[in-house]
Parts: sequence; C-alpha cells; structure tokens
Amino acid sequence: MNKNLRVVVWGSVALLGAAALGMVALHRGEPINALWLVAAATCCYALGYRFYSAFIAAKILAVDPLRATPAERLENGRDFLVTNKWVVFGHHFAAIAGPGPLVGPVLAAQFGYLPGTLWVIAGAVFAGCVQDFVILLFSVRRDGKSLTEMAKEETGPLGGLVAYVAVIAILIILLAVIALVVVNALKDSPWGTFTIAMTIPIALLMGIYLRRIRPGKVLEVSVLGFILVLLAIWGGQWVAHNAELAPVFTFRGQTLALLILIYAFAASALPVWLLLAPRDYLSTFVKLGTIGLLGIGIVVLHPTLHMPAFTRFIDGTGPVFAGKIFPFAFITIACGAISGFHSLISSGTTPKLIARETQTAMVGYGAMMAESAVAVMAIIAACVLQPGVYFAINSPSGIVGQTAAAATTTISNWGFPVTVQDMQSLASAVGEHTLFNRTGGAPAFAVGMAHIFSQSLGGGSVMALWYHFAVMFEALFILTILDAGTRVARFMIQDALGHVYKPLGRTSWYPSILGTSAVIVAAWGFFLWQGVKDPLGGINSLWPLFGIANQLLATVALCVATTIIIKMHRAKYAGVTLIPLAWLVAVTFTASWHKIFDASPRIGFLAQARALASAPGTAANSRLILNNQLDAAVTAGLVVMVALVLIESIRQWLGVLRGQREIVMRETPFVRTRLAEDRI
Amino acid sequence: MRVLKTGARILLATLQEIFDEASYRRFLERTGLPSSPEAYENFWREREDAQARRARCC
Repeated sequence: MNKNLRVVVWGSVALLGAAALGMVALHRGEPINALWLVAAATCCYALGYRFYSAFIAAKILAVDPLRATPAERLENGRDFLVTNKWVVFGHHFAAIAGPGPLVGPVLAAQFGYLPGTLWVIAGAVFAGCVQDFVILLFSVRRDGKSLTEMAKEETGPLGGLVAYVAVIAILIILLAVIALVVVNALKDSPWGTFTIAMTIPIALLMGIYLRRIRPGKVLEVSVLGFILVLLAIWGGQWVAHNAELAPVFTFRGQTLALLILIYAFAASALPVWLLLAPRDYLSTFVKLGTIGLLGIGIVVLHPTLHMPAFTRFIDGTGPVFAGKIFPFAFITIACGAISGFHSLISSGTTPKLIARETQTAMVGYGAMMAESAVAVMAIIAACVLQPGVYFAINSPSGIVGQTAAAATTTISNWGFPVTVQDMQSLASAVGEHTLFNRTGGAPAFAVGMAHIFSQSLGGGSVMALWYHFAVMFEALFILTILDAGTRVARFMIQDALGHVYKPLGRTSWYPSILGTSAVIVAAWGFFLWQGVKDPLGGINSLWPLFGIANQLLATVALCVATTIIIKMHRAKYAGVTLIPLAWLVAVTFTASWHKIFDASPRIGFLAQARALASAPGTAANSRLILNNQLDAAVTAGLVVMVALVLIESIRQWLGVLRGQREIVMRETPFVRTRLAEDRI
Repeated sequence: MRVLKTGARILLATLQEIFDEASYRRFLERTGLPSSPEAYENFWREREDAQARRARCC
C-alpha cells in the first residue's frame, strides 16, 4: 500500500472511530444501536494496534526480529517449541479468556452503558494490552521466566515474595467469587443444575474415550462431548417439567455451595486426564464457538441498547454493588480492561512458543484486544435488556425487597419501570420459576444473550434453550477454573512446603495432595460460604475484593515492567507503563480505602461490622461481623504488600536514574536467529 | 481460494495445538511409538504436572 493510500485508510478509521465514540458518548435520551459500540471499539483497537503497539515495540522495547527466542534456542518438543504465530495467538487467547470479562462488565452496567464501554476500550488499549505485551516480551528475553521470578530478579526478593503471595490470595478470592456466580445462576433451577451436573459424566466419558478408545483424538471427542452437552440442555427442559425429577435437581444456594466444594476437592485430586483435561477441552470448544457466535450475532442482528448512557447509580447507591463510578466501575470491570492474571499467562506457556520477538505484539497486545472485545459484547448483552429487568435480575432481595411485588415497586420507583407480569413472562420464556435476585452477572448475561439470539435463530420459542446454553457455557468453564485454579494453588503451596519437609513437595504423594487440596478448598470455600450467607447477595462484597486483588497483581506486573524499561535506559518513555501503573494505584488504593473504612455499611467492611454489632446479637450476626472484619484484613494485607513492592520499585528507579545503583539486567545474551522464514 | 485454504490450515493447526493433538503427535515422533492407549498414557504421565500447573485466567 502506498503512503497516500495508507494515510487515507487510517485517516478514515480514525474519523469513523471518533464519530462512533462521539455517538456513544454524547447520545442521550433515546436508545442507541449496539453497532455504534462495535464500531467505536473496532476502530480504537485497530488504531491502538497499528500505532501504539508499534510505537512501544520500536521505541521502548526495541523488538529485534533477528534475536533468537527461547522457543528456538531451548526447543525440546515439549515446553519450548517454535510455533506458528496464529497458533500461539489462539492458544494465548484461549488461556486468558474466562468468565471475568463477561461478568464484570454486566455488573458495571448498573452505571449505564457508557462508563463500562469507555473503560473497556481505553483501559485495554492503554493499559491491559500494554501490560500483556511488555510482560510477554520481557519473559521471552528471560528464557520464559515467570512473573514471580522476574519480580524477584528485577525488583528484589520482596517483589518475588509479594507476587507469590498475591497470586495465591487472588486465586483463592477468584475461585470463591466465580463459584458464587455459579451458585447464584443454578439455585432453584433444576434445568440449569441438571445440565451442569451432566457435564461431569460427559467429561469423564470423554477422558475414558481419549484414553482407551481413540487416543489423542481430542477434536473428535470434543465434538462428541459438545453434542452430548446439547442433548443435556434439551433434556434439562424435560427434567424441569417432570414432577418427580425436578425436586431432585432443585437446590438452595447453601446446598449448591456444599456440592461445589465437595466436587472441587474431588476433582482436584483426580488424575488430570480423567476430568480436568477433557472438561478443559470441552469448555474451550464451547467458549471459542460461543464467543464467535455472539460476535456474529451482535453484528448481524445489531440490537438496540435500552440501558441509558448513565443511570442514577453513578452516585454510589447502586443495588448491584455499592460505590461510586470512581473507583468501583474500574475495579468491577477488571479483566475486560486490564487483568493482573494475564501477566501470569504472558510469562507462563506463551513465551516458550513464540518464534520471533516481532510476534509478541500480535500475541500479547492482540489477544488482550480480543478479550476486551468480549467485554464489549457482555456490555451489549446486559444493556439490550430493559433496565427494569436488568435491575430485577441483578439486585439482591436485601435491597429491593423479599417479594416480587416489593422488588418491582422499588425498581420502578427508581425510574426503571418493570412489573411482576414482565418478570413472570420472561422467567417462563427462559424456563425458570423466577429471575428475581439472580445476582452475580451470569443470569443477566444469559438472558441478554438469549434475547439477542432468539431474535433470529429460532425465535422466542427457543429462548429457554438459548438461556440454558448461556448458563451452561459460563458454568462449564467456571467449573474448569475451579478445578485448575485449586490445582495451581495446591502446587504453589506444595512447592513452598517442600522446602520445609521434602515429602510435602512431592506432587504424587497422596497425603500431601489431599492435605493441600483441603487447605485451598477450605480457604476459597470460606469466602464462598460467606457470600452465600450474605443477605446482600455476596457479590456486593466479594466481587470488589476480587477486582482489587486482580488489579493489585496488575500493579505488581507494571512495577516490574517499569523497572525493566528504566533499566533499559528508556526512562523518557516509561510513561507507557508508569501512567497505567499510577492509575491502577489510584484506583486500587482508593477502592481498598473505601472497602475498609467507608462509613456506609453497604461499602465499608468495618462499617458493616459495626452496623451488625449494633443490631440484636445472634450467632449469624457474629459470623457476619467476623467475615466483614476478615475481608477488611485481607484487603489491607493485599494493599500493604503491593505498597511495599511499589516502594521497592521506586527506590530502584531513583537509584538507576541518579546513577547510584548499578544496573543489573537479567536478559539472556543476544543470539542470532537461525530460523528460516518458512518455519515461522 | 489459496487464502481460504491457508486460513483453514492455520485454523486447524491452532485447534490441534489448543486441544493438545499436536503435542501428542510430537510425543509420538519423539519417542517413535505408534499411537495406542499405552502411548497416550505415557504422554499424559509426562505432561500431567505441567498441565496441572497451567493457569487459566479469570
């Protein structure tokens, strides 16, 4: 393409992006079409990738196409392997995409469609994509070292220790929150519970099929598993209407929480090939297919958003979660804009597969853009619902009232009209008894997705199937994360305990496996139980805690990245990571302050504990008081740890910039690539 | 047509990598074993630890 044509093309993209963003940001009064959000996001991603990532690659990272990567130098056919860039991209995206970018933006839609959309787009382009990209490249230049190893080497032992503790803490909180999302989606839902229960024998069957009948034919067995899951969804409808079977699969939240805890403990102790791996294949298959289908559905059907740009809840009085736009919208959206957890993937499997340094932008920056696009889809799915319906689904009974009539009156009085009949019709259409108080984001997303698809594919008559397909889709990969996350945390604890008593570190020694699995499951089970018993629905306190923990890990990753950039003598460009870092510090520290000390019992853990203490004392109250005090202590602990890393990093930066500290770079020495073009 | 073929080939390769079919094929090449339940068992024994440590994001 010649220069003039390039200017015209990119100028047009910039103009379209500006017009779409202007429309999204300034349109008021009437519903807006979802295509404006799609156009704004697509143009911003295209510009960010073409110009910003290229700027970072050229000016800061000095990405070198001639430098051999660890995949080439250390190729062993197992961990280190030169791999096609598109294959690495798919692999990386499949690893980073989870339920977070679907749930967080749905919850944040209580502020209206605009705050979430702007943060998902800007946060990804200027923070999330940058973090994933630079951490990936720095890991590639360090033989694929992990974030915790890089933190230890570049910012000192304290950085490594904090990163290690932060990862375990985040895993525990994350597992509790996503388990709570599943509980809230499945409680009193025999159809959903039956479908999800069936995925367990289906995964076991897949594992045995792979092991005994057709070894290694994973794609084949995933298609088979997918067909069986579709049959389970269809069969769930029959179960829900069967007078004898429906009660067998109808559970309260507490019973579901116990079942999930037992399941997670058993699953994490079973061999990987039997349950985890086949379910992982199945959930990845469903995940990639559903995300693709949802993207096509939104573009083709271009639904109208009924949620206003802003709602009255920007003042912090929202029913879904309490707190003002700043900082809580940013904490809530989490993975859709920037996720500290991604830095673990960017410094895990992916750097060992990259063939050329020049591919890190496409994989690191590009895959996060795709994740952000998923978050935009989630916003659209939530905002196509009538606002009254959205709030009826997402508001806990402790806020809107215990009965359907009380809930609809409260929500209608907020200015979002909804009637009991509306909710009953919708519940019948999706095959549920009720949709009131289905907090957690997943049910609202499922209703939105079913609403979009049923407009063309099958019409209203199959809305129930679409709804349960969406619930199954989210629950399936949440169950995979529960199993995988419990294992990852278990291995981390076993690695540490192995230094104290060697047999405890052996990952094949059953007493150690069972003991450490029990510790991890008990830890996240505690928070899950707390969420299930919480009269405010649990998500109100636990999701912000997860968001804070996740964003604090991103803070650690950006501290490491900034330290390396300054050591590379690129201090004048350090703003690329320093500005997102400063923003995250402002957001996470402010949010933590509010969550601990805010005077409102709906926001501050300590205020909630005080409010409970002043109420008539019961055993349940004493437990809730303790839970809130513990949440405050966990939040404070995370903040203190990250503050220490930040202080240590700043000392490093100042020392280097003043010439008082010797620069020690841990990059592996340059080795010229020998790869021919056709291998990469 | 050629572009479509290349796209389909890359898509299939990506799926095979994500679904571990490619790593099983490499294992068979490396060990010289034919595909069988025993070979698949050995493949999993070798990678069980690494697979279980692989984090999946939220």
